[in-house]
Amino acid sequence: MTDSHAATQHGPELLHHFADEEQQRNSASLGMWLFLGTEIMFFGGMFLAYLVYRLNYFESFAASSRSIAVPLGAINTAVLLCSSLTVVLAVRAAQMGKRKLLIWMLILTLIFGLAFLAIKGVEWHEKYEEHHIPGNFMGRAFDVSDIQRDFPKLHVDPQHAQIFFSLYFALTGIHALHMIVGVGIFLWLIYKAWKGDFGPKYYTPVEIGGLYWHFVDVVWIYLFPLLYLIDRKPL
Amino acid sequence: MSEHSSSAKLYWIIWGSLIVLTFVTAGVAYLDLGPFNTIVALTIATCKALLVILFFMHVKDASERLTKVVIISSIFWLLIMLGLSLADFSTRTIGS
Repeated sequence: MTDSHAATQHGPELLHHFADEEQQRNSASLGMWLFLGTEIMFFGGMFLAYLVYRLNYFESFAASSRSIAVPLGAINTAVLLCSSLTVVLAVRAAQMGKRKLLIWMLILTLIFGLAFLAIKGVEWHEKYEEHHIPGNFMGRAFDVSDIQRDFPKLHVDPQHAQIFFSLYFALTGIHALHMIVGVGIFLWLIYKAWKGDFGPKYYTPVEIGGLYWHFVDVVWIYLFPLLYLIDRKPL
Repeated sequence: MSEHSSSAKLYWIIWGSLIVLTFVTAGVAYLDLGPFNTIVALTIATCKALLVILFFMHVKDASERLTKVVIISSIFWLLIMLGLSLADFSTRTIGS
């Protein structure tokens, strides 16, 4: 009798099968980390393909990488790092029950996320204008003769360069898709925070959504040097 | 409940270090370090990833050991995939 009595003592945010709030939170983040483990392998496959081709076709990869603008990539890295800061401040605001601060931090995260996607769009458009999209995208046949002209000291094999740009678009594209999913998650978090659902006793969705956002940030931390900075030393 | 102890100041310091490391990695790429360019770039990236994982993803203060086991095994699986595949691909040449 005492057990069932104790079970009715907790608030609505604690599910029956958990002993306390901390165990409930830990279970949720364990589950999220298991999912992120599958994500590591998912991106890992593409990183492996990149690694194998980079080792074999280094010169074409180096020249193609030089055709991508570093400033935009660096700014985008900074934008994502800023969004990670606002995420972690949002989690903290939820833990302390500061609803207004939480909403503002979530909105800032959303803005940084959208800014990242906008800058990514500018970069992709640049590649489109330069005929660097593999295949024959919207009537623009893949052509890297401009890269060969810019870096005469490197031998650029168009087929090898095409593999680089395929990997570039696959990796940044799947990453951007994750960002779009993240934007959806944060819109939902803002709505829940607006309703006042989160507080010191229950902020699991903010923490879990944050884990996802940080993971996407970590993927970009590797993508930036691997795609933009393959070989920038003076020729 | 140790996660409550992480102060906002710590988060700002981590963020500042991440921004500095971003510009360091972009700057160092333009120096000729021979074969070390890639090693330096990947080392900086790993430092940044560790800062995010340990402090922003609260792994440093995680009370649940099982979470740490999952994270370390995930990275281990990734290294198995990369390591064994490269052992194969690096001992042969593609095409030509």
